[in-house]
Amino acid sequence: MLKRFRYQIAIFLSVIGPGLITANVDNDSGGIFTYSQAGAKYGYLPLWTLIPITLLLIVTQEMSSRMGAVTGKGLSDLIREEFGLRTTFFLMIALVLTNFLNVISEFAGIASSLELFHISRYIAVPICAVAVWFLVVRGNYNSVEKIFLVACTLYVTYIISAFLLKPDWKEAAIYSVKPILMFDTDYITMLIAMVGTSIAPWMQFYLQSAIVEKGITAKEYVQSRIEVVVGCILTDVVAFFIIVSCATAIWAHGPKDINDAADAAVALRPFGQYAYLLFSAGLFNASFFAACILPLSTVFTVCEGLGFESGVDKRFHEAPEFYWLYTLLVVLGAAVILWPHFPLIKMILASQVLNGVLLPFVLIYMVILINKKGLMKEWTNSAAYNAVAWVSVAIMIGLTLALASITVKQMMPQAKAAPRGSAPVAQVQSHDSSRHSLISDVPESRIAHLLRQAIGIGKLAD
Amino acid sequence: MADDNGFLFLTELLGLKVYDLKGRRLGLVKDAALVPLIHPSRVDRFLIGGGWAWLTIRYDQVRSISLDGIYLKDEQLTPYHSDEYMLRLVRDLLDQQIIDGQGRKVVRVTDVTFDIQHAADGDSIHIIDVDIGLRSVLRRLAQGVVPPRLVRRVQTIIAPHSIAWEDCSIIEADPQRRLRLNISNKILERMHPADLADIVEELSPDDREAIFETIDSEVAAETLSEMEPDVQASILESLETEKAAEIVEEMSPHDAADALAELEEQTSEDILEEMEVEPKAELEELLEYKENSAGGLMNTEYVALPEDTTVAGAMEALKAHEEILENLNTLFLVDANEQLIAAIPLARLFTAAGATPLRELAPETTIHVDVEERQDRIMELFDKYNLLTLPVIDAEGKLAGVITADEVISLLREK
Repeated sequence: MLKRFRYQIAIFLSVIGPGLITANVDNDSGGIFTYSQAGAKYGYLPLWTLIPITLLLIVTQEMSSRMGAVTGKGLSDLIREEFGLRTTFFLMIALVLTNFLNVISEFAGIASSLELFHISRYIAVPICAVAVWFLVVRGNYNSVEKIFLVACTLYVTYIISAFLLKPDWKEAAIYSVKPILMFDTDYITMLIAMVGTSIAPWMQFYLQSAIVEKGITAKEYVQSRIEVVVGCILTDVVAFFIIVSCATAIWAHGPKDINDAADAAVALRPFGQYAYLLFSAGLFNASFFAACILPLSTVFTVCEGLGFESGVDKRFHEAPEFYWLYTLLVVLGAAVILWPHFPLIKMILASQVLNGVLLPFVLIYMVILINKKGLMKEWTNSAAYNAVAWVSVAIMIGLTLALASITVKQMMPQAKAAPRGSAPVAQVQSHDSSRHSLISDVPESRIAHLLRQAIGIGKLAD
Repeated sequence: MADDNGFLFLTELLGLKVYDLKGRRLGLVKDAALVPLIHPSRVDRFLIGGGWAWLTIRYDQVRSISLDGIYLKDEQLTPYHSDEYMLRLVRDLLDQQIIDGQGRKVVRVTDVTFDIQHAADGDSIHIIDVDIGLRSVLRRLAQGVVPPRLVRRVQTIIAPHSIAWEDCSIIEADPQRRLRLNISNKILERMHPADLADIVEELSPDDREAIFETIDSEVAAETLSEMEPDVQASILESLETEKAAEIVEEMSPHDAADALAELEEQTSEDILEEMEVEPKAELEELLEYKENSAGGLMNTEYVALPEDTTVAGAMEALKAHEEILENLNTLFLVDANEQLIAAIPLARLFTAAGATPLRELAPETTIHVDVEERQDRIMELFDKYNLLTLPVIDAEGKLAGVITADEVISLLREK
């Protein structure tokens, strides 16, 4: 009996890793800033998204890991085998572009965390880029991975901070379950970014490959599933406390945009003089951790899908495409940051929006693949799973289309909109009228305004 | 012009127009198939799609094939029926993984190159290469969008990357279908077991199982010994117990014990059950030891001789141990009670006269450890005394096995 139990524990420990690592990389610089921005600008209002996001996160990551365990193949491998090269190629192009922005945002996270201590980005970023490159290519990465993982406990500071700040728990609880929709570019952008940062497309590729790499099979998969679910919940618990901290420490004193790391660090105010240090250390660790994993995972995904040799154990001439693409991602990703007056935080948030836009397309392929009997045998999706996935795809595409149409409408000359109705174009009353947008400060379109009235959803009163 | 250098790519074949005797268009090529039981490389059927159903063209119904189209000499076409003896190139080969026997790796097929062979009674095409790499990716992306002759000109800026068809080994998980498709394991069995192990580790569990089910047990055992313990376990678990036992029997007792120790108890008992008596007893003994103790690290492939053996006698005795000579570097002397007396470096034998008793060649002290010894202590001994082989004795002082330097290297690499 005891032996049996020990065996179970041993299996659990042997499959642990992929889920928890993915969960922690999830709260990278993009995560920290997106949640901070959400809390600082909208207060407790966006909290409601966390429950559906957690649900979708669990569903997606569980699908990735199940596919990895059952087929023993990576996601891009499966897409290539089932949908052919052309589909794979264009998906890979989209993924590389999106991930490139994410790489930039990791380096932006590194730069902004160190700028809190007045370390110039012109020194910090090149050094870190070289460090990332060597760590991964020379294969020392595995030995430092555990340090990163342990350092992720720094997120606990947000939980402590949230309690010390004495937030309005009642309001936080209400808004956690009360959905508020606003047809306002900023708000929709925020929603897409929150989904995109929590359920980043590259994460699905990474997780599936990690499961395959670990050699987890369908039999051991039950333990892995627990880990994945725990990891997902952990991710969003951290997100919850980041939002609550920012809402209490920043929004309560007047909603504002996060413009630099110093703004975001205010959320850790209860730690007094250590707030900057803790925030900076947490952000640096998260960004550096993700900067190690993200470019590598991207290159593996692309090489797998297109059939190029890959692996850091290969020599340069054996896997030229692999090394070139990897080096380009790291070097260019870091170089962009060095552009004078490069808007670090705006870039970070924009990359998360792009994640959210790409996500439904990756999801579509995942759902089609996982329902193939020939691939998954008895492990195909249940109807409930498919429902969650398809509804999410519809919502994400809907949000993206709404954002696109509003943006396009606003870019069109006002005169063109005039003949359609006499009512003046509505102006969004934002909490902070001076500067509040992620992408652009634009008035709400007439259609959106009418829609809002028709559905009867009001803007949140200040 | 019509010849176009005598070769054709699969990307060009697909969508090629097919004309009947009167030059009327019948349809477009949708797929092509080999029937490996009949011919290993000739395209035996062309599948064309016109209206609803696909039609099958046999290779001997074709008059000519070029980039300008396929012209038939016999237009009695039959509707396409799925045939299990067919290897359909688009469905079964394109975008799938195959094993490159020459380069010893797993690759993904992007395109296929055919050689157009002209004969008096008509043209036929044969697979010569499987294409991977950027050049073939370009062709795939341009397929059906850019005219083939332009693609041929443009692609020359990228270096070709192909594998000869005879070096390719197709991966097919279904054993029945492997037979029908005449897939042999010759290419795999010729490889070094360490290379084959690397390849198999890259494959999905189903494909691994298929290879281990069909490959020669001896090769399978050697390959399995080269793999990580957790992969060994998952492969043994996936196999039929009988086949697993067959493979484990072929493994050295030490490697077999390591692999079985990773398995669930029930599975490992089932496999032991299936084994023959002799290797089984030895294995069960080894399985008693803790994994990272001397007992768990040792193997039982050693040569122990009576204490009065002479050099000539030892040479004679070695002939009986042909199978372990490759890695043998030490001989052991034991007394009548199997107690360890001395360890003799093998090379000493060559400088001594035939009548010399082995005892005289022994170093003054013999380093040995108890079966319970911890692994860090063992590594220390290897380092300190520059050992190649370390004898292990049991509680009664009997020689139980030996730990070899390669085992210590594996331990160090794991750290």
